[in-house]
Amino acid sequence: MTDAAHPGAQPLIVDTDGGGSLVLRLAGRWTLDTVRLVDRDLRAVAERPAERIVVDVGGLSGLDSAGAWAIRRTLDRAEARGVATDLKDLPDAYRPILDKAIVPDPRARVAPPSDNPLLAPLEHAGQAVVEAAQVARNLAGFFGYTLVCLAGVIVRPWRLRVTATVAQMEATGLNALPIVGLLCFLVGIVLAYMGALQLKQFGASILTVNLVGVAVLREIGILLTAIIVAGRSGSAFAAQIGTMKVNQEVDALETMGLSAVEVLVLPRVIALIVVMPLLTVWADAAGLLGGAVVALFLLDLSFAQFLIQLKAAVQFWDFGTGMLKAPIFALVIALVGCNDGLRVSGSAESVGRYTTRAVVESIFLVIVLDAAFAVAFAEIGI
Amino acid sequence: MSMGPADRSGPAIEVRGVVTRFGAHAVHDGLDLTVERGEIVGIVGGSGTGKTVLLRTIIGLQRPAEGSVTLLSERVSWDGTSTAALAGRFGMLFQDGALFSALTVGQNIQVPMRERGGIPAALMDELSRLKVSLVGLPPEACGKFPSELSGGMKKRAGLARALALDPEVVFLDEPTAGLDPIGASDFDELILDLRRALGLTVVMVTHDLDSLARICDRIAVLVDKRIVVGTMEELTRSDHPWIRSYFHGPRARAAFERPAAAGAQG
Repeated sequence: MTDAAHPGAQPLIVDTDGGGSLVLRLAGRWTLDTVRLVDRDLRAVAERPAERIVVDVGGLSGLDSAGAWAIRRTLDRAEARGVATDLKDLPDAYRPILDKAIVPDPRARVAPPSDNPLLAPLEHAGQAVVEAAQVARNLAGFFGYTLVCLAGVIVRPWRLRVTATVAQMEATGLNALPIVGLLCFLVGIVLAYMGALQLKQFGASILTVNLVGVAVLREIGILLTAIIVAGRSGSAFAAQIGTMKVNQEVDALETMGLSAVEVLVLPRVIALIVVMPLLTVWADAAGLLGGAVVALFLLDLSFAQFLIQLKAAVQFWDFGTGMLKAPIFALVIALVGCNDGLRVSGSAESVGRYTTRAVVESIFLVIVLDAAFAVAFAEIGI
Repeated sequence: MSMGPADRSGPAIEVRGVVTRFGAHAVHDGLDLTVERGEIVGIVGGSGTGKTVLLRTIIGLQRPAEGSVTLLSERVSWDGTSTAALAGRFGMLFQDGALFSALTVGQNIQVPMRERGGIPAALMDELSRLKVSLVGLPPEACGKFPSELSGGMKKRAGLARALALDPEVVFLDEPTAGLDPIGASDFDELILDLRRALGLTVVMVTHDLDSLARICDRIAVLVDKRIVVGTMEELTRSDHPWIRSYFHGPRARAAFERPAAAGAQG
């Protein structure tokens, strides 16, 4: 092909031949870079009054699909309003690409349909309500199904995937020890510090130990653990299972007659139920240690004195309520994470969406349940 | 613009002495390949011989242990700078389309156009509809998201995006796999038309023997960690065992008989 035959040539010259015809002389390489510059002129020319529009392409030295489209569009527009057209001196090499430059439906949608700005908030609110109801129903169903599978494994224990369960225990429990411990230690420090400063005003600094003891054992230890576990393991469950869903690995399992719930969900649920109470004990210890460190430096209370005061301050049920909540929160986090993972469909984008949902939903449910527990425990007096 | 006369001299692709290793295992060992402008070259080879790796090396995604690659007179540097300099001058169709899942097909096609800049929005919309029809997708596919498309449609949409800026070279990774035979032969015709009108250079990894016979000028066979290049006729005469079994298998014979009969062998 003769390239750049007219290096400086004007790509588009509009002429009249005196007889009412409009002549468009095209020259040089008509590619996207040329077309984007003459696009506006070309659109205007196609609408000009004329008996006949002649497009002279003899001077072209190159044509890409954008150039072909620009020519084709000009001819079609003119014909659509009843103006005769003529394509002059078309080299054979350009005929195929010009023949292919057809847009069957010029109004076909490119962007996704946009929302009505007035109705959109209303619509979204409605959708959110319906969706929340569906999520609740879906989760209840999933909970029941998982229980059935769990019963099946209890009856036939050899069906439990021991290796997978132990691996999940390591990932969700052992590997979480540093972060859970550190955060609870720090929150213990914050709590003791705040308490010490306030209680000093009443000359009751020693009660800082009571405050830290009860707060850490009853609420902070378990709640912080649950939130960290939801963030690191609940999201991991959703992402792992979601990715398997996208790769059709879950379908492959089902095809082999294996239940996805039994293979993927049960090991995670069981592992989390086992490790969550252990993590909570660890978190409690770290939180109390944080309190003891503050007591040592701010209140001149030795570790021994701290422990004596702690023993007087807390009862078994302060610790027991935390332990009671741990497996239940574990169940909620694991179920929500796995359920959201299994709801993934289609693209990688939906893995991200459901992973986020899993974390938000499980933290929400954990806090709601925690509030319910607080009221219930107060009512029965433990 | 980027298409000055100086840019368009010399071969489209020059691969010299490329060595690629994964751990201790060498996939390519001193591989050479030259592709002239306007040529359609098919790359074939057994599973695991590094066909896709070779494409990724040429377009600058995979840094080889040794060797050099020159793409459109630009030395590939494997650090993104050469790719930026070549933006829009080559296109790649990945095996599964690699469409951006958050965008519609039309918006996917417009991504490289927006990067180029200065293209009126109305023209971009028209061109994305044009590309959609060029690759044989129905018009309504333009507004659909990739997750709403079948595998074959994703492939076509990926091709439409690769062709968005009418590149000088397109790399196709198994373009006709997953297309029905009619779609595959339409695709072959499309490639030939684009080459005729634009001087398009095409490098395709393919196992579609009909495609190889119909549109490829030369075939590059990956054997023994290197490349053996030749026309169909030259390769059918090769006595390398893998090449023999590839070009003389029962499926190959059916596909190649027509050109072979027309050629000198009779």
